[in-house]
Amino acid sequence: MSVDADTVRRIAHLARIAVADDEVEHLRGEINAILAFVEQLSEVNVEGVEPMTSVMPMTMKKRADAVTDGGNADAVLRNAPATQDHFFLVPKVVE
Amino acid sequence: MAELTSLTISDARDGLKKKSFSAAELADAHLAAMEKARALNAYVLETPERAHAMAKASDARIAAGKAGPLEGIPIAVKDMFCTEGVRSTAGSRILKNFIPAYESTVTANLWRDGAVMLGKTNNDEFAMGSSNETSHFGPVISPWRRKGANTPLVPGGSSGGSAAAVAANLALGATGTDTGGSIRQPAAFTGTVGMKPTYGRCSRWGIVAFASSLDQAGPFTRTVRDAAILLRAMSGHDPKDTTSVDRAVPNYEAAIGKSIKGMKIGIPKEYRLDGMPAEIETLWRRGADWLKAAGAEIIDVSLPHTKYALPAYYIVAPAEASSNLARYDGVRYGLRVAGRDITDMYQKTRAEGFGPEVRRRVMIGTYVLSAGYYDAYYLRAQKVRTLIKKDFEDCFNAGVHAMLTPATPSAAFGVGEKGQADPVEMYLNDVFTVTVNMAGLPGISVPAGLDGQGLPLGLQLIGRPFDEEMLFSLGEAIEQAAGRFIPQKWW
Repeated sequence: MSVDADTVRRIAHLARIAVADDEVEHLRGEINAILAFVEQLSEVNVEGVEPMTSVMPMTMKKRADAVTDGGNADAVLRNAPATQDHFFLVPKVVE
Repeated sequence: MAELTSLTISDARDGLKKKSFSAAELADAHLAAMEKARALNAYVLETPERAHAMAKASDARIAAGKAGPLEGIPIAVKDMFCTEGVRSTAGSRILKNFIPAYESTVTANLWRDGAVMLGKTNNDEFAMGSSNETSHFGPVISPWRRKGANTPLVPGGSSGGSAAAVAANLALGATGTDTGGSIRQPAAFTGTVGMKPTYGRCSRWGIVAFASSLDQAGPFTRTVRDAAILLRAMSGHDPKDTTSVDRAVPNYEAAIGKSIKGMKIGIPKEYRLDGMPAEIETLWRRGADWLKAAGAEIIDVSLPHTKYALPAYYIVAPAEASSNLARYDGVRYGLRVAGRDITDMYQKTRAEGFGPEVRRRVMIGTYVLSAGYYDAYYLRAQKVRTLIKKDFEDCFNAGVHAMLTPATPSAAFGVGEKGQADPVEMYLNDVFTVTVNMAGLPGISVPAGLDGQGLPLGLQLIGRPFDEEMLFSLGEAIEQAAGRFIPQKWW
């Protein structure tokens, strides 16, 4: 399988990465080189093979559904690029 | 005091105990060496004030007879580990000013045991790379040079700064992370010991996530014994990481010097690649001979799905990375680039915040997880992963205690020499190490010789799950036979 320029733009949009028009062709080449490399997996017979979900078998650990942390608004916001009154600020999303 | 920086961790531990020198003197010697070695670009942040304060506290605890197992030992921390109040960037522009409000469990364990932080080391951006050339802070230059040449060489990656720091005596040990070979490959390139433990042995909490089902922390040191000492401190169960294993941490150091008589060592025939340099082949055979001379039994084994590990990795790792890196959105932390609406802001932030390799991998990951392609790529790769793991299980069930392989297909290469035209050329560096991550197993890279140009080469040992002790015993046997390799100081 290989991707065309429109697919590169679609992937970039899904990944929320801005791609300039003059970058598309180069990216297409690189992505196709990687896809050509992984293509060899199609030779493997995976009939009846379970996909791996956990590399070390273990039971999922659970804890009581209780508040164990919190009240750290200042620490949570410390690295935010834009804040106001303990809120993250984003560009307007609702007209 | 220059000689203080060439000590091993175990020597330094003894010296501190006997009060031959203080933790403050040991830290100062390293801070001075770091200042003189800035041409290597191994550290992205030196933390002398923190080091002084921690060393002073160590000296007080030593005086009070309350020394921890790593008391006063100066350590470098890969910049993938979040350190409270100390900038942690993952080598990315997007986290260039990120100051964590918390400490990773692995580093917290080191400080609990008395270690002293010297600074944060350079790495490929988000640990995506095999040469430390994708870092926002520029490449790390290896302390090694080819005989009679001064071409700058890469230290390997992604933990290139940690590897270079340990090789150049800028720390007694360092932390690394290994997703596809990022500890073992740079260890091999720099003549250091690098250990990736079993998945779940070290907590991933507070480590910047790349590919969560593959990422593991591990140590860089100058000897196998030191790796055992450091891993013991780093390991342990952590309720904050659900994949962390609730299993006692052995005293790994006790495995050093243990007889390897009768141990069955597998030589996987699929690791014999076409076009592999004769020097690597010779090194491998010599390694097997050393283990045999120490009493081990060498047997040929087969891991039939080996060649599919790297292509499967380049689906699984980018897929997980695309999910993990979705958090960098310019809202909660990190860089924000203004846009005309929120989507435009996300897209510009991520285009400017991520470097080319990270953008490429996030896009590949997005593609293989997207509707219509998930089964053909991601699901198939996860099935292949099951087969890769089964190959190892079949050998271990047949009585094999560990495998011996080369660590890398070549010695270190020059800065800018590889992967310019085709990213896959760079990916092939991890061909021998990536299988171990895919199967969740422990692996260690031990320096085993020099190539014709005077550059270090490493051998890799792969063990059964949670049998790091076996790797330390075998690794030390190789170290005893091979000796240690130290770069000529030019910086």
